[in-house]
Amino acid sequence: MSVQIWTYIFVFLSFSLYIGIAIWSRAGSTNDFYVAGGGVHPLANGMATAADWMSAASFISMAGLISFLGRDGAFYLMGWTGGYVLLALLLAPYLRKFGKFTVPDFIGDRYYSNSARLVAIFCAISVSFVYVCGQMQGAGIVFSRFLEVDITTGVIIGMTIVFFYAVMGGMKGITYTQVAQYCVLIFAYLVPAIFISLMMTGNPIPQLGFGSELTPEYGGGYLLDRLDNLSLDLGFAAYTEGLRPTQDVFFITAALMFGTAGLPHVIIRFFTVPSVRDARKSAAYALVFIAILYTTAPAVAAFAKTNLLNTVDNATYEELPGWFGTWETTQLIQFDDRNDDGMVQYSGDPAVNELTVNRDIMVLANPEIAGLPNWVVALVAAGALAAALSTAAGLLLVISTAVSHDLLKRSLMPGITEKQELLYARLSIFVAILIAGYFGINPPGFVAEVVAFAFGLAAASFFPAIVLGIFYRRMNRQGAISGMLAGFFFTAAYIVYFKFIAPETSNAEHWWFGISPEGIGTLGTFVNTVVALTVNRFYPAPPQDVQDMVEEIRLPN
Amino acid sequence: MRDEHARAYWKANVRILTILMSIWFFISFVCGILLADFLDNFRFAGFKLGFWIAQQGSIYVFVILILVYLVLMDRLDAQYTRNKKTGNHIDSDSNNADQKHPPEGQA
Repeated sequence: MSVQIWTYIFVFLSFSLYIGIAIWSRAGSTNDFYVAGGGVHPLANGMATAADWMSAASFISMAGLISFLGRDGAFYLMGWTGGYVLLALLLAPYLRKFGKFTVPDFIGDRYYSNSARLVAIFCAISVSFVYVCGQMQGAGIVFSRFLEVDITTGVIIGMTIVFFYAVMGGMKGITYTQVAQYCVLIFAYLVPAIFISLMMTGNPIPQLGFGSELTPEYGGGYLLDRLDNLSLDLGFAAYTEGLRPTQDVFFITAALMFGTAGLPHVIIRFFTVPSVRDARKSAAYALVFIAILYTTAPAVAAFAKTNLLNTVDNATYEELPGWFGTWETTQLIQFDDRNDDGMVQYSGDPAVNELTVNRDIMVLANPEIAGLPNWVVALVAAGALAAALSTAAGLLLVISTAVSHDLLKRSLMPGITEKQELLYARLSIFVAILIAGYFGINPPGFVAEVVAFAFGLAAASFFPAIVLGIFYRRMNRQGAISGMLAGFFFTAAYIVYFKFIAPETSNAEHWWFGISPEGIGTLGTFVNTVVALTVNRFYPAPPQDVQDMVEEIRLPN
Repeated sequence: MRDEHARAYWKANVRILTILMSIWFFISFVCGILLADFLDNFRFAGFKLGFWIAQQGSIYVFVILILVYLVLMDRLDAQYTRNKKTGNHIDSDSNNADQKHPPEGQA
């Protein structure tokens, strides 16, 4: 059977599964809709958190990014997993004990102020929107490549599915579909990785395989040594050596960690479990489930890069395998035979290089490059869709709760009944899907750039406000609000300046302390904390009942 | 402040966090980034040590950290609950046991 038929089968089966779950887990109350009734088993919540967290970017792009960054790619790996340590140790148990629905809930109650709540709503909505557009676009790419429908149709199909289970089931529907999506995506990620590891090194475990010796057909010797040599021969940097300035890697890693811990769609997952102990447990499960993919990704990166260099370098264009042509039509690979010798010259020197490779194909085309069977190739499509849709649903829910619960119920229209609130929640998810879909079909050119935004802003706005709220009882609302605003606008200004206003000056020479816009969130977090602590000194301590609440959430039960 | 047990609990909690967060910082930022070049001088199998910590080892350590945290906190919670039961007289002596709702009976 052809790849396309297999893809249709897998996509159809997985989508029917998601719809089935949606029908089974309809939400009846706002409690169901916002936090799945608060009764999710920690294991299920761990899987759901993992799927929620691992987006189209983790699934499709991360291994590719690493394969072009070499060792520096570790900032994604450490940043996106190390943030879970922060989340598990510093946030999840206390927020669960607090026991409301959303992050703005916590900020608003802890800082006894509706202005603080509004600032938090604003941050939550902007962070989530930035992120959700990328997911829709990811889904569109997968549809267009694997099912050969155009991107618009692809995005509409994706929107319809998400709409169906998110609007019907709210958090409850989303949680259980995310559990299914985790299983689909991890299976789809591991199968090709194991196949390739076995083929290239004879070791079925990819995590060990990329430190093993190549099989004789691949020329023997340690894979990473071989990759280093191949890269050096072609004029690239050695794969296992760092290229970026150390302080930049340091700051980017920290920004991704603080950002991870501050992302509202991940935090709210911990409101869904029954107890504080379960919140800790499910954070542990979540990291284990995430680590399975995140430790495989660098292996995939090394395999794919070796394979690519082996296959294309100095091959004649005529004898290149079929996948090359397929991906050329999507323009994810571009070959320009500049010296007309009919051979592919791939080089780190821009003057002689003839090949441009989009990093995304390192995962999407990897099974084809390695010559794996068609069903494995098709599986990747289903996995990528699961990753994109699960994250999109989680983000849409944050947007909808921010509107219906935080903005309407808690701030503007406190008198509405639960039924009305539920209706508004569904309406706002509907509107959010339409807007996200629009941006998926007409992607603003800056989607890739704005991901730095989402993390930087989450890091610089929420993370310090929540941590200080838990660990520093005297922190008052004046301190917290000015800290959040300072962190948010400082980070936003730096990113906007280097990404949009003066992108041509975006290099180490002009950056502050050599920190790239991707890493500026760390400094933003610092600015937030310093401003908060300073302003805090000039105003009275929070009222007694708030201080009691802080004492209360520190205790286990 | 409220009861002694709560304070002792929080102090122990903060101590656990400090130790685990130090390990977290050391493995990722110190070994995985600052010392990575130096650690690359050591090899095992096909891996250079610095590279391996940055792309693999740190993640395993993170998982272990969260699991250790889980176990330590379970132990601390149990101790806290026990102390509260057996050492209840401390509260009643200082006469503020009824001031605050005692935590509702956990199911």
